[in-house]
Formats: sequence, structure tokens, C-alpha cells
Amino acid sequence: MAVTIDDVRHVAALARLGLSDERAAALVQEMNTILAHMDALSAVDTAGVDAVAGVGAGGLPVRSDKGPPIPLARGLDAFAPSTRDGFLLVPRLSTHDTAEDA
Amino acid sequence: MTAPDVESLQRDWEMVVGLEVHVQLKTRTKAFCACSTEYGAPPNTNVCPVCLALPGALPVLNAQAVVLATRAALALGCTVHPQSVFARKNYFYPDLPKGYQISQFDRPLATGGKVEIGRHENGSPICVGVTRVHMEEDAGKSVHDRYPGATAIDLNRAGVPLIEIVSEPDMRSAREAGAYLRVLKQILEYMRVSDVSMEEGSLRVDANVSARRRGETKLGTKTEVKNMNSFSGVERALEMEYVRQVGVLVQGGRVEQQTMLWDGAAGQVRPSRTKEGSHDYRYFPEPDLPPLLLEQEWIDRVCKELPELPAARRARFASEYSLGEYDVEVLTADPQLADYYESVARASNDPKASANWVMGEVQAQLKASGQDIAAFRVRPHDLAELLNLVRDGVVSHTAAKQIFSRMVATGDTPAQIAEREGLVQVNDDSQLAGWLDEVVAEMPKEAERFRNGERKLQGVLVGAVMKKSKGRADPRRLNQLLAERFGT
Amino acid sequence: MSTSSISDLRAHTHTGTVGVHDTVAGALERVKAVKAGRDGLNIFVSLDEKHLRTHADACGPLLSHAEPSSLLGVPVAIKDNIATLHHPTTCGSRILEGYRSPYEATVVRRLREAGAVPFGKTNMDEFAMGSSTEHSAYGPTRNPLAPDRVPGGSSGGSAAAVAAGIVPAALGSETGGSVRQPAAFCGIVGVKPTYGRVSRFGLVAFASSLDQVGVFGATVDDAARTMHVIAGRDPLDSTSADLPVPEYHRASERSIRGLVVGRPKEYFPESLDPRIRARCDASFEKLRENGAEIRDVSLPHTELAIPVYYIVAPAEASSNLARFDGVRYGLRVQGDGLRGMYEATRSGGFGAEVTRRIMIGTYVLSAGYYDAYYRKAQQVRTLITGDFAKVFASGVDVLFTPTTPTPAFPIGAISDPYEMYLSDIFTATANLAGVPAMSQPIGRVDGLPIGGQFIAPHFGEDTMFSFAYALERALGAEAWS
Repeated sequence: MAVTIDDVRHVAALARLGLSDERAAALVQEMNTILAHMDALSAVDTAGVDAVAGVGAGGLPVRSDKGPPIPLARGLDAFAPSTRDGFLLVPRLSTHDTAEDA
Repeated sequence: MTAPDVESLQRDWEMVVGLEVHVQLKTRTKAFCACSTEYGAPPNTNVCPVCLALPGALPVLNAQAVVLATRAALALGCTVHPQSVFARKNYFYPDLPKGYQISQFDRPLATGGKVEIGRHENGSPICVGVTRVHMEEDAGKSVHDRYPGATAIDLNRAGVPLIEIVSEPDMRSAREAGAYLRVLKQILEYMRVSDVSMEEGSLRVDANVSARRRGETKLGTKTEVKNMNSFSGVERALEMEYVRQVGVLVQGGRVEQQTMLWDGAAGQVRPSRTKEGSHDYRYFPEPDLPPLLLEQEWIDRVCKELPELPAARRARFASEYSLGEYDVEVLTADPQLADYYESVARASNDPKASANWVMGEVQAQLKASGQDIAAFRVRPHDLAELLNLVRDGVVSHTAAKQIFSRMVATGDTPAQIAEREGLVQVNDDSQLAGWLDEVVAEMPKEAERFRNGERKLQGVLVGAVMKKSKGRADPRRLNQLLAERFGT
Repeated sequence: MSTSSISDLRAHTHTGTVGVHDTVAGALERVKAVKAGRDGLNIFVSLDEKHLRTHADACGPLLSHAEPSSLLGVPVAIKDNIATLHHPTTCGSRILEGYRSPYEATVVRRLREAGAVPFGKTNMDEFAMGSSTEHSAYGPTRNPLAPDRVPGGSSGGSAAAVAAGIVPAALGSETGGSVRQPAAFCGIVGVKPTYGRVSRFGLVAFASSLDQVGVFGATVDDAARTMHVIAGRDPLDSTSADLPVPEYHRASERSIRGLVVGRPKEYFPESLDPRIRARCDASFEKLRENGAEIRDVSLPHTELAIPVYYIVAPAEASSNLARFDGVRYGLRVQGDGLRGMYEATRSGGFGAEVTRRIMIGTYVLSAGYYDAYYRKAQQVRTLITGDFAKVFASGVDVLFTPTTPTPAFPIGAISDPYEMYLSDIFTATANLAGVPAMSQPIGRVDGLPIGGQFIAPHFGEDTMFSFAYALERALGAEAWS
């Protein structure tokens, strides 16, 4: 299951990481080396074994439907890179740009 | 293209539709934090560390969201599972603060439901399967046209609880799709789980549609149609997309699997720029939330305590109140109207008069004022009291209408108004006789002709008394007095 | 070392023998004396002296209580991935440079409420990804006992703050050994509690199903007292357990006589440094002398822990780190449109190791690879958890192992990522299984500290601490030689 430069480009795009050509090439090597060590798992017989899905066998605790919310000691303006009239601003998307375009 | 085109195409080409409906649950606070779900607050004021996805913040599930989701799932005939698992759906978008949406994937809350949307001509039910109902959270809002060169993000809606209701591809026409949506909306309204308003975005519909030659059993390649903002928009979009697909197929072409966007203003569907296959949401179980465990006993109790479903209520209205089919349809269309009617009918003990009033005066008032029945000033017991005043002859039917409009304006009780405005019916014999004496004196010829058997003149005489009494004379007693006096 | 223990500080502060001001001033002097600053050991990412001096009075009202609060007047250093209101919370990353959290972590609130003084934010491997505290955007931290060597990681700054005698206790975080390994390298005590024992609310997530806040103490008692304060159910963390929290320092009073210590053979491979093996054997001997029974046991899936860990942790991390997108907080680098902004921000803000793990994590979750990697790893994780369950069900009370295969290595000595990962080989299993574990000094090799590790069943911290107290007493000065 060797990782190719196309895989690296695809994964970097999914993860919104901008990679230089040099870094992308290096990552092909690094990922293949690391993933080679992971191949030890393929030899393990896991037929009928449940995958760990969420720790905590007691189930999910729930809260009652009421406030107050956890307060913010400082407002959005104190930490957001760009705000206006209470909105957060980001570079413009056209109306129907979807997750894949963004 | 127009509807007749669709009809003729459907002789040879079958339309296959499945719908994915997102519904906002009516909770006070968000799904995973205690922020208010209030609609229309100033931007980014209903936010906290959790729904802003600040580093280190964690989700905690709202119990009421589970109750509402379970209620909806049961009402749609689904099996609610004792164990379901939240999962992360990973994608980047500026109104998705965490970079993933908490949803459910391979272990949803509920599966395997069914909804009856109408009857075939032979009387057999038309049903649509409900594949699954799962819980998830809403994203924020992106405003694209407010500032030049920038998209503005408001996260007030981020984290509001949703359910997604996925249907089987069981619908065969746009009309069936519309019927399914209307039935679904009514059921959810009856379950009091959501405002189900497409205009306010508390109900959103995506459609999967494909076409195949009649007789073919395999499904054709489907496209996903998005961006509809009304039920009729969904119907029109489905027809347009169906016509487009058949156009491709007729020419021997192949339908490309893609996302289409409905442009309501232009009445057209057009391909979205999204490349198919670029979806890779990397779902995995949400490690911040252990599996949701629901005891079967709890599920059974929610099921037992479900509000009455629309179909059951229609049947009950027909039998309990002896109402006709049309009256039942009108009175049960909206659960709050049905509640209102039922309160009036019970308090007045006169289901027929209650139906007439609610469908007549009440609905006319609501329509004229654009008001919601919940905010309507005339409460059911006051209307029932008015009906009783009419029944007991305390006020005339004409006076009752006057009183009703005063009730709408002031919120006072009918007795108060009748008293104040002098609309209480007079059935005191001496008072009535006095008026009658005056009328006989003023109209001797007519009185004489009536005495001699010209019965049609009864109306003239009664009318004259009514006028003298300013409408307060009790017509029933007056007629009796007239008969006694003239021996007719 | 010049710190007073927590129990002394607490008593002296309460009787007025020591003022909180003096304690804070003393710790600040120690910072200077050991050259803890940027050009020295580089222990702190942020330390606001002025603020600390002004706010030393904050626990004043607690002084009048009849019973002194459990951490009255105790300065506690905080790892920089735990949200604090005053000091920035950067996670050792450029992407959060200068970011001040508008809310506070539950563990920090509990420390303050117990009378402790949160004392600065400590350096760490970026987003806790690393085993040496070399991978910080703010430069490497040095080991106070051997400044040319690493303090271990990722909680290296917190470990160094305790080892340098600045504070008696510090908070760290664990995902695969990030408290125990630096505790071993720095010759102090480090505890990773049971998953769910301590709230994660306000701990910046690396791998949510593995992360736990842990504590460092100069002694077992310092660690036990601090753990007692931060442990317990938090309604803001859905994975926190609703179980009573014992007073862990009372474990010192309990004997280990008749209890069983397991010696898992997989943690003592042929290749283990014989000097480390010898220190462990000496510890087993002490435990035996104290009446414990030593029993050979096996945890057969141990060797799979590193492959499992390095799939599960990066997978969760790739998702947890998606929120660092330049939209709501932290670094924003302009690029071509929104997409360009995302990519410029994230590649500019994350260091090489974080980038590598996001890449691996995204890959193992992506379409076509999920079953082979992520699902498979979670299945093997179930087997690893089962190993522990079987051993503990067989009557074993705790396990004892070396904490690390080597002592602290020189700064810059390990450049191969996978070799670095192997540093977690004896510690990652406890995170995968969710069981509690701790490291304490059991002697030295070439003058460098060696850590011994106790591993206990879920929520068995109490028993674990009894063993740790007993071993600490039995070893005495041997722990330092």
C-alpha cells in the first residue's frame, strides 16, 4: 500500500495544508516509512473483534435543556483575526461555493 | 417545459425520487452547548467556547434533543435503537467551526420507518419508506453579499440540533414527493418537535432523483438537487430535473452523477461546481461522546406518550364529533387549530356549532390579521361561552357576531360585552308585548292581513319588532307571542 | 532542589509562617537561579512575573478557613495546552501565538479553588506531538539535570519546572506517555490517571480518546495531593467518570503486604538496557521485602501498541486540528481566496511534526483506507485493552515496568520520526487501554535518572499510589543513585 505523490497531494488538499513540491516529495518518503511499520497490524486476526468506539462504557451523559452558556471572558473582537458589525469575516466565497471549493 | 410534457414523458419514463429532509428541533438551547437557539439575534451573540470551537472546548448532549428526535422517529414508524453512535463528518467550511460536523453515520438513532402519503384509486395506501432518522448539529450562516470581497460568518445557528430524515427512493412523481413532504411536515408539527418552516430554514430538503424506462427494475444514475426553498419549489425542481435527465437518456446519453442547484427565480436547475468524488468526509466515531444508550423502557414510554398522530386525530374527530370529511380535514390541518377546536367543542358541548364558528369566524379573523392561532385573543372557553349564550337564547346569532368582533378587539368575555353593549336578548313577555302593541298600532293593515291568514306577513311584523328592539328581541318567543295574539 | 513539599507549604501558609507572596517570590527567584528563561532551560512559554506578584493574594480569603485548603499557597506550573484566562495558551505552536483563552480549563479552576497559584505556562512539543520538547515553535526545553539532553516530552517544560525545583507540582497532559516519559527523564514523579478520571474540558485536544491531564510532583505525595484536587466528574466533559475520588495521599498509610505485582515479560525484552533491567530488579526486590508477591505475566499484544497508537492518535488529531483555520482565532495568513487563506495559515502555522501527523491521520481515515488502518487499529486496541483486563482479573493488583527503554537522550540525537515514536513503547499501552499509570525515579544510569512505572486497573489510582509510596520509602536515596 505505497503512498504516491498524488496521494500526498490529495491528502494535503483534504487537510487544507499548502505544501511546497520539496516538502510533498519528502512526505511521500516519510509516510511510506511510517506506514510500513503499521503493516504489522494486517497480520493480526481481528475477526469478530469490536472496534473501540468511544471510551466510557457507561454511555453518554446528557444535560438539561437550559442555560446559561459557558461565559466568554473576552468577546470575539479580542481574539478573532477579522470582524465587522459582529460578523466574522473571511475572504469572499461565491453564493454556492461548497466545502470542496472552499 | 410545462406540466403536460412531464405527463407524456411519464408514460415511458419513470421518475424515482428519494428525499433527505433536515429538520431543526425546537429546543431552548443548542445540541451540544447551553447557548440559546433563539432566531434572529444579533450576529455571534448566541455563542460560547463550545460552538465557537475554541481550543479545548467539549460537547455535551442536550437531553431534550434526544427526546424530540426519538419522538419524531417513532412517529415516522422507525425502530429507535438502544445504542447509537455519534460520528464526525470532516470538511472545511468557514461556517463549520470545528472543521467537522457532529452527526451519526453507521449507527443512527433510528431506522426502518414508513409514512402513508395517500391512497391509490383502488384504495390501497401509497407508502414511502423512511430509511433512517439521525441526529446532528446545524452549521452557522454565511452571508455572501453584505461586504465587498468578504463573506460574513454568523455562528448563532451553529450547533442548533437537527434531525435528518432519509427516505427510500419510493416516490414516483413530483406530486408524490410534495405529498410526502406535506405529510411529514404535519406529523412533525403534531409531534411538536419543530417549527417546520421552510421559509425560516427550520425544514430543508435535498432530493435525489433519477429516471428509468418503464418496466426497468434497476435504478438509473441519480443526481442530487439542492437549494429549494418551498414545497412547490421542490416539485418544480424535480420536474425540471426529470425532464432534463429524460432528455439526455432519450438521445442515448448518460446521466452524470452530480449535484444540481435549483434556481427558483429562473425556474431552472443547473449543475453545481462541486466535483463529484471529491467528497471524502472521513467519518469516524466522535471520541468526545460515548455511545448514546437508550433503555428500551424509556423508548417505550416516549412511544406511549407520543402526541396523537394526524391520522388518529382525523379518525377521532369524525367519530367523536360526528364531523364530515371536509370539516375534519380543515380542522386537523394544523394541530394548534385542532387543539383550539377541540377545547371549544368540549367546553360548549356543541361540536357542530364549534366547527362552524372555528372554520368560519375564527379562521376568517386569523386570515385577515395574519395571526397565529396560538396568539389569538379569543380563548376557546370564551368562544364556548359565546356559543352557549346563543344556544340559551341570551343573545341572538346576529348579536353573537357583533360580540365576537368585540372579543377579538378587546379580549373581554362575551357576557361582559353583551351586557355593556346592550346585546342581551329580550325575552321578557311584557317588554315584547309592548313592542308588538306599538307595531300593530303602526301597521294596522298588515296586522289585519296576517290575522286573516296571510302568513308571509309574519316576517314583516317580526322584522319591525326586531328593528324597534335594536335586534335584542328573542325571535323565538316573539313568534310564540305573535301566534298567541293572532290565534294562528 | 529547594522547593518545599506541598504538605509543608500548605501547613506553613495556613499558620502564617510563610506568606503566599514569599512563596511566589521564592519560585520566581528559583526561575532566575536555574536560568529557566528563553536562553537557558527554556522552561516557560509565558510567565507574567508582575501578574503573579500582584495575584499572589488571590488565595487570601482561603487563609481564614479552619482547615487549610488542599493546595493552599502552592505554585503549580501549567502545560501550555491547558486553557488559562490570563496567560496565553499556545500549545507550543505558531498558529496560536499570543492567543489568550476567554475561558478557563476545569483543572485550572479546581487548582485555584484549592488555593494553588497557577504559575506560568510551560513549554511543550507542538500540540503535544513529540517525546522530547524539541518540537516547540518556541525552541527546545533543556533537561535541568543534564542541560545538553532533552527533558522528554511532550510535557517537557512542566517536568523541568518541577525537576529544577521551581514548583513542587505541575500539570502536564498525556496521550501516549507525555507525562510519564519526561518524569522518568527528569527524575521526578509523573501520573497519568484513568481515562475519564480528570476533566479534559480546557485541555486542547490532540487525540481525544487517549488524552488525559496528568500531574508531576517532586515526590509521590506532591503528585497524589495535586491529582486529588483535579480529579472527579465534570459535567462539561462527557467522557469524565461519575465516581467518587479517594484522598490519594491517604494511600501512604496503606501497606502493600499480600498484594500482587505483575512483571509483564513484554516490557523486559532481551534488548532492554541491562542497567535499566537491574534498576527494575532492585525495585522488585524492595516491593517483595515490603510483602508484595511478584508474578510473571504476559500482555501478548504489547508490541502492536506503537502501530495502533500512531494510527489512532494522528487520525483523531487530523480532525481535532481542523479548527485551526484562521477564521475565529489564532494565526491568519492571507492567500488566494478562502482556500488559499486556509492553506497558507495551516502550513505557515503548523510545524513539521504536526504536519506529518495530520497527513498520516487524514490518510488513514480517507476513503479506501479506513478499514485497513483506522478500523483495524481500533480492533487491535480492543485486544490490547483485553490483555490488561485479563491480567488484572487474574488477581494481579498492579504491573511494574521500566517507563522508557533509555534515559534522556541528547538534544538533536534522534531525527528519524519513527525512532522517536519508539520512545513511547512502554507507555502508550496504558493510554490505549485507558488504565492509570505512573512513573517514579528508581535510580540512575550514567548519572541520568531512570523511571519505574506502575500500571493499575481502571480507577485503581488509590492502589497504584500505595505501591508508589511504599517503593519511594523503600528506595530512599537509592532512587537518586
